[in-house]
Amino acid sequence: MSIESAEDEGRTPLQAAAGGSPTPLDVAAVRESLRGKRGPALWRSLDELAATPGFQNFLHREFPRQAAEWVESPDDGVSRRRFLQLSGASLALAGLTACTKQPLEHIVPYVKQPEEIVQGRPLYFATTFVLGGYGLGVLAESHQGRPTKIEGNPDHPASLGATDVFAQASVLDLYDPGRSQSITGLGRIRTWGDFVNEVAGPIRALRALGGEGIRFLTGRVTSPTLADQMKTLLAAYPKARWHRWEAGAPPYAHRAAVAAFGAPRETVYDLTKARVLFALDSDVLTRGPGSVRYARDFARGRQARGDRPAMSRLYSVESSPTNTGTLADHRLALPPVQVEALALALAAELGVAGASAPAAGSLPERAGAFVAALAKDLRANAGASAVIADGFASPAVQVLAHAINQELGNAGRTVLHLPPAEADPVDHPESIAALARDLDAGRVELLVVLDANPVYTAPADLDFGKAIQKARLRVHLGLHADETAELCQWHIPAAHPLESWSDARAFDGTASIAQPLIEPLYGGKSVHEVLAVFSDRIDATSYDVVHDYWTKRLPGPSEAAEGTFRKALHDGLVAGTATTASATTAIAGGAVAGAAAEIAGRTAAANPSWVPLMFRPDPTVDDGRFAGNAWLQELPKPLTKLTWDNALIVSPRTAERLKVGVEQVAKLTWRGREVRAPVWVQPGHADGCATLHLGYGRWRAGAVGTGTGSNAYALRTSDALAVLPGVGIVPTHGRAILASTQNHHLLESGAEEIPAATAAFASRRPVRTGTLAEFAANPNFLRSEGGPESEAREQAAMPPDQREAGMSMFPAYPYDGYKWGMAIDLSVCTGCSACVVACQAENNIPTVGKEQVLKQRAMHWLRIDRYFEGDLDDPLLHHQPVPCMQCENAPCEVVCPVAATTHSAEGLNDMVYNRCVGTRYCSNNCPYKVRRFNFLRYSNHDVPVLKMLQNPDVTVRMRGVMEKCTYCVQRINGAKIDAEVAGRTVRPGDVQTACQQACPTAAIVFGNLNDAGWEATRRRADPLNYSLLEELNTRPRTTYLAKLRNENPELAAAPAAVPEHGPGGRTT
Amino acid sequence: MNVERRPAVYGLMAEFADPDGLIRAIRESRQAGYRRLEAYTPYPIEQVSEALALPRSKMPLLVLAGGLIGLAGGYYLQYWVNLIAYPMNVGGRPMHSWPAFIVPTFEMTILCAALFAVLGMFALNGLPQPYHPVFNVPRFAAASRDRFFLLIEAADPRFDRSATAEFLRRLDAREVAQVDD
Amino acid sequence: MATPESALPVPQPYRPPVIAPGYTPGTVTDKISAVVLQRTPKWWYLAFGLSFCLMMVFLGAVTWLFLKGIGIWGVNEPVGWGFAIVNFVWWIGIGHAGTLISAILLLLRQEWRTSINRFAEAMTLFAVACAGMFPVLHLGRPWLAYWLFPYPNTMGIWPQFRSPLIWDVFAVSTYATVSLLFWYVGLIPDLATLRDRSKKRIAQILYGFGAMGWRGSAAHWHNYESAYLLLAGLATPLVISVHTVVSFDFAIGIIPGWHSTIFPPYFVAGAIYDGFAMVITLALPLRAAFGLQDFITTRHLQNMAKVMLATGLIVVYGYGIEIFFAFYSGNQYEKFMILNRITGPYHGQWLALIVCNALTPQLLWFRRVRTSPVPLWCVAMVVNVGMWLERFVIVITSLHRDFLPSSWGMYRGTVWDWATFAGTIGLFLTLLFLFIRFLPMISIAEMRAMTPGAQGSEFPEAAE
Repeated sequence: MSIESAEDEGRTPLQAAAGGSPTPLDVAAVRESLRGKRGPALWRSLDELAATPGFQNFLHREFPRQAAEWVESPDDGVSRRRFLQLSGASLALAGLTACTKQPLEHIVPYVKQPEEIVQGRPLYFATTFVLGGYGLGVLAESHQGRPTKIEGNPDHPASLGATDVFAQASVLDLYDPGRSQSITGLGRIRTWGDFVNEVAGPIRALRALGGEGIRFLTGRVTSPTLADQMKTLLAAYPKARWHRWEAGAPPYAHRAAVAAFGAPRETVYDLTKARVLFALDSDVLTRGPGSVRYARDFARGRQARGDRPAMSRLYSVESSPTNTGTLADHRLALPPVQVEALALALAAELGVAGASAPAAGSLPERAGAFVAALAKDLRANAGASAVIADGFASPAVQVLAHAINQELGNAGRTVLHLPPAEADPVDHPESIAALARDLDAGRVELLVVLDANPVYTAPADLDFGKAIQKARLRVHLGLHADETAELCQWHIPAAHPLESWSDARAFDGTASIAQPLIEPLYGGKSVHEVLAVFSDRIDATSYDVVHDYWTKRLPGPSEAAEGTFRKALHDGLVAGTATTASATTAIAGGAVAGAAAEIAGRTAAANPSWVPLMFRPDPTVDDGRFAGNAWLQELPKPLTKLTWDNALIVSPRTAERLKVGVEQVAKLTWRGREVRAPVWVQPGHADGCATLHLGYGRWRAGAVGTGTGSNAYALRTSDALAVLPGVGIVPTHGRAILASTQNHHLLESGAEEIPAATAAFASRRPVRTGTLAEFAANPNFLRSEGGPESEAREQAAMPPDQREAGMSMFPAYPYDGYKWGMAIDLSVCTGCSACVVACQAENNIPTVGKEQVLKQRAMHWLRIDRYFEGDLDDPLLHHQPVPCMQCENAPCEVVCPVAATTHSAEGLNDMVYNRCVGTRYCSNNCPYKVRRFNFLRYSNHDVPVLKMLQNPDVTVRMRGVMEKCTYCVQRINGAKIDAEVAGRTVRPGDVQTACQQACPTAAIVFGNLNDAGWEATRRRADPLNYSLLEELNTRPRTTYLAKLRNENPELAAAPAAVPEHGPGGRTT
Repeated sequence: MNVERRPAVYGLMAEFADPDGLIRAIRESRQAGYRRLEAYTPYPIEQVSEALALPRSKMPLLVLAGGLIGLAGGYYLQYWVNLIAYPMNVGGRPMHSWPAFIVPTFEMTILCAALFAVLGMFALNGLPQPYHPVFNVPRFAAASRDRFFLLIEAADPRFDRSATAEFLRRLDAREVAQVDD
Repeated sequence: MATPESALPVPQPYRPPVIAPGYTPGTVTDKISAVVLQRTPKWWYLAFGLSFCLMMVFLGAVTWLFLKGIGIWGVNEPVGWGFAIVNFVWWIGIGHAGTLISAILLLLRQEWRTSINRFAEAMTLFAVACAGMFPVLHLGRPWLAYWLFPYPNTMGIWPQFRSPLIWDVFAVSTYATVSLLFWYVGLIPDLATLRDRSKKRIAQILYGFGAMGWRGSAAHWHNYESAYLLLAGLATPLVISVHTVVSFDFAIGIIPGWHSTIFPPYFVAGAIYDGFAMVITLALPLRAAFGLQDFITTRHLQNMAKVMLATGLIVVYGYGIEIFFAFYSGNQYEKFMILNRITGPYHGQWLALIVCNALTPQLLWFRRVRTSPVPLWCVAMVVNVGMWLERFVIVITSLHRDFLPSSWGMYRGTVWDWATFAGTIGLFLTLLFLFIRFLPMISIAEMRAMTPGAQGSEFPEAAE
């Protein structure tokens, strides 16, 4: 990219073209016009912009012959910039593929023969997705130079081929027209050259002072290259300071580690070896840098089969409900103070030195029994258990967790305390506070904010928005012109990870390199390039920096190193960089006692009338960085099923106590700070406390994110980063409409509806559950309940030909060749929703916006049904992914008047979009309601850059046609073609559906049911296998494995499988 | 009508005030041997048709034919589409889902039969027929109100301009008019 | 010989006449044709104007619909069918009374039908016209509606004949065609009358075209009656089949509340019920407006009210049986559906439906209600509303909570739904007012035949 700066003049129009959007001045205007609009509205409005008279006028002139008259004509003030902007927009409308050239440097494709791009065949490149500083190895699918899909890298320890929602959605961020598109100085468009020249002076001056007054602010950094750059830089500027603030990351892990071990430690787990797990206020399976890997390891131990009726056991104690908690065999929802007390009680029970049982009465009595049984279980599995407390638990609790693992001998076996992957680890809250102090004291001359948004995310008490303006010169690098950019003189658009070179370490320290798949669409710069400006090699590109760093360090002479480098690129990780557990893990003396005292103190001081407020990163927009990502905004939050908003989440009892109702706006006050948020009642939330997710209420997050939800940061002070001890909650008369994708009507039609829903859930049993004990006693226990299962048994007795037909009056169609089917194991589904986003990305599924979601028109082909079971105040929660069932006797097909949906020879329920006239009869007649209809024109045809995002193998649907899950038929056919070319049939593993590929726990498997080699076929034969609404004899190809829980006999008082009352089926 | 070029005569028309007069006139004309008779009434009267001894109408046969054509055509269309032209597995149902094919077949039967009934009626009555000599008689307008007419065509072998006119007058017709061709 | 072919009933002495005494073919002709030939009354312009405006609302709603897509309606994920289908079934049902009166009562020799059949047939046509539009409008891509017809095309693909919607296409288009033919055939002699009686040249030409040179010769009447009777014979099974097929749209589906064997008879009865209600709703004002009390007598009101009462009771039986089945079947989905209907979020609509369709019509047991126009008209109006509610309850409450609790939802009609519905009422009235202004709303030829001595008194042996 060395020619980049030279190219600048010429490329500006192209950049503008990429968004179809001109200078920030106009973008601001657009934002104004977009206020209050959501999602799709954005794209339309940009189009309107391109339709401004000036532009239309321009179109009619011939370019560039008439260009001359555009140059600075004072009368109408049309400037050269305007000219470029308009020509940009015109190119945009003309179509954009010209912009998708490959980067100039050689990047190494994951598959052979990268030189030739075979038309219609994607290339896969190994790269790294970075979230919160940690790397996740991914493979990016590229069609003719357009990255369209992210998959996990099977070789990467943090991924093993799976991904999380954020990695899946990151590809939308790449093309997001709301990204900042040009370098701005004081709000005017400038070039990179301008920036370099204009900051050169100050830098030189400050360098003379040893860097006095220079401050860098980044998020967590694990990138070895960046760390190295920083090191050299700080050497050159000894008085400069490097601050870190990762708003969404667990705030206390560092503190706790230092308290426990005297030094920062990265605590990672080996769940394959753990037979008993105790998640202590932790969402280990779906949050955090290792979660994808942990989920896979955990799932391995949870899949009981007829021949192997064994499972690990998971206990969970938490205040704010988590996905991990929904899988727990025994879950206890307690307010934060009691969680701490319970941790202490457990430590005492296990005889951890220095731990004294908490004061009597500080715990409810069922907690007592819980602790006793848990302790016994842990003791029995000493060395093969794990107590997991991530950084949202208080430091004291984490210290106790470490001590308990120490005591049980888990440390070094299932629990590893490694030197942190983070470069130069610091305590982030302290770091950001220190920066704020320096700012306030006016000690900061030059502040460089790299890929962080402190003005929005910094603790409220620091009042960072005011403080930052005390720095004389402020530079911001970021994907979006966000709240921080607003207050900086210089804003530099950051290059998206898929646009630039970098590297990062995974949770276990494994380093992997991020290689760009596409030239920066909007001329973005990487962190490395901005830091280079402070070095002697001002024009170093990120490739130079990264390449040099690694080739210097990799073993062997330079060409050997070069080879290793290329191999690292190809494999997607640098071999042998995983951290080995060499660190000391002895618990510092007095740490436990200190923690115990601290907890005892808090327990004593606790005022029952207080309502603690918990802050957690949002399940879909994280710390707010994804607020502009429509996929994640519209992705139903796994537990609340809310979209486009956050809410004050409380338990039913607490709602009654506070006299607040669902969607009623409550005023939250804390030390004179005030936030208004609508209430959401969530069964399973601990009583007496509330949760407000971070990441919403942003005021500069583009047309998609701006103004959605309530800003939790406004209450989050430095001393209450995870839990705010007592928030004031005042009900107001306001009401906010929240868009939940499931059973929203139960709110409208009131509580008397709930029994109906419960009864329906209880008798229809869409989710079948049982305990390991029952299963071990009789593997067929689920079938021996009469009804359709007994029917199934009779069928088993029939001769094959009749069995095929089953209950039908006529013979079934034979499926001799391929017979595609899917089996979903409910025992291991965490509800993380990665599959939903993966499906959205793979199948060009549009987002519809909050209003349409409220009208129950969300388009996700794959939805995750969420059911509560049992007592309203302590329910079980089930996740059930529901794709198309691909019924062999499909009710939808029979009623289609134009044969737009028919059956393929392989048993797929094909949907022919261009034949569909849109009667919606098929949807009415689908008992599973998996069909989705384009009630309006949902697909965006207007913004050229978003066309680059579409998967060319999947039709983009128009208004008025029905669509639904196809089992990723494009992938199936791809695999069949390859197999045919190779002169064989499709073998197990040749084809994966998008949802299956993304699934961290391998809950979803897909395959040819005529071939015993596929896992799907094996699962179908499993005694736990059942099909949804079996009694309708639709003969679904998608089946489920019943959800098993491994109950501790001593705690068998768990909720009954199917009670008469309670909110089963209710999904508020 | 001037004396040199008198237009060809189509027949003679007698007007009656009530059905009885008409019916009696028809019977007597037939006794008198007239065969090419036509009666015009403002509404159908069975006895008139009887008196004229009109043959049985062919309508029922036509309608039957139409019905059978619709039946066979309707069913074959569906059979051909589903088993020959474009066989498809629809919801695992048999290709030859005859119960489903009954409804369209039935509707086709009714449709064709009805079309045959109406078009057949037009054909048998020679409609539409914008011009007909009887309209040349001014009084004939009353035939669509409350008057009854008997026409003896000139084509009748026993027709004689004056004798026939005399004969009709004797049937105490209110008026006898010549129908020019 | 007296052939049973004669469609025109012979007045029996012991029966009260369906036409006031003292009328001759001439006076009947004058009175009825006068309605058409006289100068246009003032109120007509007003009424027509209002209906026309309402029709323009329809135009607006449909234009917006085509521009934006059916997302402007209230339909959503569980409830894929809304007002459009409700209105479709409602209108089709209204149409049935016309065919029933003109065809079935004709075969049953109910001569009192004579004075209302023309008007009822017209109502049928206009109702079917309104109904026929909804299945097209409610398509996601209405411009492709012709794909539902079996025509050879380059793709070599055909309609899917197992779908009840295709059956609808055949049934409704056949019904529309046959009704039109039946109506027109009945009109021919009267058009001839108007041709001969109108003074204006233009009117003579236009009516002349319509009359196609009809001159009422005995031979013509001979074939004409035969054809008319056969058409009646064909229309009778047709009218039964149409609403049966409409009911299949639901009965073939597997949704609880739709998947029921009683739907065909229950729907047909409902259609007649509703249809007669609509005939009364329209006939009473017109009768007053044009002073036709001599032709549409209290006997007509009585009989129509009795038909309503009878069919109404059949419908109520249908409701009862539906509930009975739900519990007798032991099918949990059926049971839930009924309970949800009665106690669920739409219990209000269900209650209103019971009041309108089951309770109110019981007033018709009283002779005084049957014979006095105003109360009768009110009852009929209530039934019109009730039958619309019935279709609403069947379509929406069955869909909004089907098998999986996770995908339950709610439905609410938007302003566009209402505008479209109101608009079709405008269309219906517009056509109706044009009809009563320019065509005889009572069959003149048939009324002539009803006058005393019309068949000739002299030869009684031939008369029976």
